[in-house]
Amino acid sequence: MKKVFEKPKSLKGNIFHYCPGCGHSIAHRLVGEVIDELEIRGKVIGVPPAGCAVLAYNYFDIDMIEAQHGRGPATATGIKRVLPDRVVFSYQGDGDLAAIGIAETFHAANRGENITIIFINNAVYGMTGGQMAPTTTLGQKTTTSPPGRDTVLDGYPVKVCELLSGLGGTTYIERCTVNSPANVMKTKKAIKKAFQYQIEGRGFSLVEILSPCPTNWKMTPIESCHWIDESMSKVFPLGVFKDEVSAEVKP
Amino acid sequence: MKGYIKINKENCKECHLCIYACKKEQIIPSKEFNSKGYRPVCFDDKKGECTGCALCAIMCPEIAIEVYRE
Repeated sequence: MKKVFEKPKSLKGNIFHYCPGCGHSIAHRLVGEVIDELEIRGKVIGVPPAGCAVLAYNYFDIDMIEAQHGRGPATATGIKRVLPDRVVFSYQGDGDLAAIGIAETFHAANRGENITIIFINNAVYGMTGGQMAPTTTLGQKTTTSPPGRDTVLDGYPVKVCELLSGLGGTTYIERCTVNSPANVMKTKKAIKKAFQYQIEGRGFSLVEILSPCPTNWKMTPIESCHWIDESMSKVFPLGVFKDEVSAEVKP
Repeated sequence: MKGYIKINKENCKECHLCIYACKKEQIIPSKEFNSKGYRPVCFDDKKGECTGCALCAIMCPEIAIEVYRE
């Protein structure tokens, strides 16, 4: 019998502080596996966000620099411009990327910086206790929208992939989820592709991951996986939004 | 037996996503507690049906499952 699945070497093996059934831990593992497979552990630099994943540097066995709240893409831009041979990624949640940091994200994407962003979308502010986020879906109950999100009062959910894929500077934008084994494998492929494009110098790539948040959605982990299928992926459709490299190769 | 899994009981947080992922129903909840106060799942392969497909490990958020296959 040989071992076919174990902890990736890019993770330290500390027990995650995330709640049971959280998608962050799965995303951490996938990023670790991709770093192992591409053999870039010695030259990858990560930028963790403020949010649930603020302690990501406790889990990744790679170089990491903590950014100010929302300024991950700006920090990553600086690192990449000074050290162009390194692989730089920022790991951000929806409160970090879509709320306070939307300007930095938008302009880093518009400038076509050669960085990768892993964007975890769980439709609430997880760390602060489940308040309404820009990505909260219409009618979703949170602690600051108890009757459900209302368009008159709160507006519409921000669709980051659709927004950024309209910009000229972006190269690769994909939205995936981690609610079933098949989707986890697809997410891993997307992350690997994003890192590969960065190594080839193709430009800005972003992978959005719809991630279950059972604690703040007030559901069991399995119910929250079903909720992503039934409701959340209707608002945030999965798929590749932009892939300039494949588009170049095809015709 | 084609494969088996080892569950690290200290890492398990009782989310039961592995039970949801396993097609052969080889993983069951248990009543024992670990030091964090969770009740980790256990591997129950009485019929020897585990194929080592690793779906449980792919789904496990805590990387608590190691998979062995022939």
